[in-house]
Amino acid sequence: MPLGVESRRNVETADGSFTEELVVNIGPSHPSTHGVCRVVVHLDGEIVTRAEPIIGYLHRGIEKMAENRTYLQVVPLTDRLDYVGSMYSNWAYCRAVERLAGIRVPERGEYLRVIVCEMQRIASHMMALGSMGADTGAFTFFIYAFDQRERIVELFEELCGARLTYNYVRPGGVASDLPEGWTSRLLEFTTAHRSALGELDRLYFGNAIARGRLKGVGVLDASDAIAWGATGPVARGSGVNWDLRKHDPYSVYPRFDFDVPTGTNGDAYDRARVRLFECYESCRIIEQALAQMQPGPCSAEGLPRLLAPRPGEAYDHIESARGTLGVYLVSDGSTRPHRMKVCSPAFSNLALLPLLAEGHLLSDLVVVLGSLDPVFGEVDR
Amino acid sequence: MNISDLRDHLCATFPDLCPLFSIEFDDGVITVERDALYAAASNLLEFGFERLGMITAVDRGEFFEYVNRLHSQSLSASISLKCALPRQDARVASLTSLWPAANWHERETYDLFGIVFEGHPDLRRILLPDEWEGHPLRKDYHDERVIKRPDYI
Amino acid sequence: MSGLVWGVVWGFAASLLIALAALLGVWWERKVSGAIQMRIGPQELGPAGLLQTLADTVKLVLKEDITPRAADVTIFRIAPLIVFAPVAMSLLVVPYAQGFAPLDTGVGVLFFMAVPAVSVIGVLLAGWSSRNTYATIGGIRAAAQMISYELPRTLSVLPLVLLAGSLRPLDIVDAWRWWWIPLLTIAFVVYLISSLAELNRGPFDLPEAESELVAGYFADYSGIRWAIFMMAEYGGLLAASVFGAALFLGPFSLLPGAAGIALFVVFSAAIATLMVWTKWTFPRMRPDQLMGLAWKVLTPMALVQLALVGVVLPWL
Repeated sequence: MPLGVESRRNVETADGSFTEELVVNIGPSHPSTHGVCRVVVHLDGEIVTRAEPIIGYLHRGIEKMAENRTYLQVVPLTDRLDYVGSMYSNWAYCRAVERLAGIRVPERGEYLRVIVCEMQRIASHMMALGSMGADTGAFTFFIYAFDQRERIVELFEELCGARLTYNYVRPGGVASDLPEGWTSRLLEFTTAHRSALGELDRLYFGNAIARGRLKGVGVLDASDAIAWGATGPVARGSGVNWDLRKHDPYSVYPRFDFDVPTGTNGDAYDRARVRLFECYESCRIIEQALAQMQPGPCSAEGLPRLLAPRPGEAYDHIESARGTLGVYLVSDGSTRPHRMKVCSPAFSNLALLPLLAEGHLLSDLVVVLGSLDPVFGEVDR
Repeated sequence: MNISDLRDHLCATFPDLCPLFSIEFDDGVITVERDALYAAASNLLEFGFERLGMITAVDRGEFFEYVNRLHSQSLSASISLKCALPRQDARVASLTSLWPAANWHERETYDLFGIVFEGHPDLRRILLPDEWEGHPLRKDYHDERVIKRPDYI
Repeated sequence: MSGLVWGVVWGFAASLLIALAALLGVWWERKVSGAIQMRIGPQELGPAGLLQTLADTVKLVLKEDITPRAADVTIFRIAPLIVFAPVAMSLLVVPYAQGFAPLDTGVGVLFFMAVPAVSVIGVLLAGWSSRNTYATIGGIRAAAQMISYELPRTLSVLPLVLLAGSLRPLDIVDAWRWWWIPLLTIAFVVYLISSLAELNRGPFDLPEAESELVAGYFADYSGIRWAIFMMAEYGGLLAASVFGAALFLGPFSLLPGAAGIALFVVFSAAIATLMVWTKWTFPRMRPDQLMGLAWKVLTPMALVQLALVGVVLPWL
């Protein structure tokens, strides 16, 4: 697809004269680190009058593929939805399967799920913040954030052998228990991470240039956030105090003591700060979970190798790094799902782009896109 | 909020929605007729379901089952809203005027199932290229390019 | 006649100097940025990776020479040279030792300020001749930025001229006193920031890093043509560093003879490192913020400094 000007239209301005509107195509492949997203931007000089994202470049038909695989074989497919957050994508799917099949996950399994999900949340936020920084030109901040992510990914590699797509959370529990010494290494990480977060905060958010780039850009009103279905840090940045872990808790989350950071202005700055502070909260949850976890089975025993839940539909959701990740699963009694629908938060959040980018400069569009934090595996499925 | 408490609360405010409310797998489902969908949805919006989670469909063979997921923060609950659409005449009212979030979800459902949403401002394909023919998530979708996956299990 | 011969010789020398500066500058930048980012930077080729840039240059020379079909070929080919040549020329008037500058004119400071401004034309031509909308937008933005920052840059150097009473760089070096450093701090800061913006470097690299969003003014340039733009940038970095070190920090007066020259080298390297450090630490400024900085902050600051020096002058 050629990167070129698509059409020029004459736009009548308020005083009756005509200006030429420039239509610019920010192609699916571009150096901004968010993935394959095409945005068609209508410019009046430097100001964006309309920005329309065109998605589907990463559509692989995961939902259709899931209809031809057994329930266990679908788990690696869910890995590849939000590939920056495989753990929680797996978990949302497994919760739906467990609801359908009536499987009860043992307590240690739940704790392990919470621990890996919170680690994944930190890793995902580090990527989100780092790539937003890289888009604005702060390459060192990007490297520092990815250094933190690297520690987590190394821990995951010890745990389940993979660095990106883990296939770890399975229906009934988790795939395997912890290796020796892993918990102490994780505790070392959480302690070190807090000071690293402080450093990242001072490096990027303490910088006047970065604040100038982020503040006041892409302001989202709280009522708009809800009406447009935004969830996660995008909604919390606008002051919508809703976090599934706290307000509609699932798994063992009621046993933990943590706060939900919210923003006030709903601009890109607040959304990014919410992500930063959520990392602190995730460290707290991880430490509490490690302290509370008891030895025991980490996966439900006696599960058949081929799950065949009775016919019906079930929906279950979790709080992922991007928002409310839900899976709607329809079973027809056979060993394969009849329909799997993934309600991805990034899809709903990305629909906000036209609303948020309008009236800003072209340079702000990248900042807005970064603050919405889309991962196209999840958006396009 | 507990699902049975939610049902009682809903029945008190909108009694005609009450018989349509069922609890399956510990989750609330309201099944309406196609023509009553818009009215039921706006009632639920008033009731407190401020956020639309998803709109999708399930191919049940003789009919399409339209499924909608509504979330409420004030009530701390979420329910499904369903209706059956005849296969030959897969049309239903669009909910974009109630929740702007419906826009992209309805486009996706149109793209993958071919269900036409009446009243949608801009109904065109979203995930697949505009020139694509057919609606892949239908069970009778056939494409010669697909390589049949061997059944390992 | 001998003037022409000297001119050609010094021209070659300056170009060689710039090539060397680009080589060392790129190496130094990669090492410094590596150190900031907890990594090592080039290490394989040559001792401590010194030959890395040479290898990259060889690779660039061997690349296919692509000229876009729609481009205006003659201008497309000339534009990099128009950007590069003024920078090379500006290196000639800088004093490299007490009493020595390759080109000793009575208007050296004016020469240094005005001649690199010709590069702006090259940038505009590069953007325009690519016949590519984004390159054109990038070129126009770069030109606007460079022209805007000419003003604070020139104003920041004027206090030196006032204090020395002459536009000749060697006169300024001779007239330098240690108390110029505290007196001219504001001017030095303004000079550094404006030089960064002139070079499209550091927090002001929006035209280059337009590639984050759309392509910049040298998007369609590949291979050695692009390398010429880079050499112009590093040459300009060198020029800004040596000029600032020689005139603002007065190393030749602080230490005599060869020690003075060594100190000059140290100061230049320090300024260059500061500029590299700035680029890798700070995010990029938006174009409107960038213009605001030039017109609303740096120019008034430079004027204030000028007024300060003007007031103090009778007592000196």
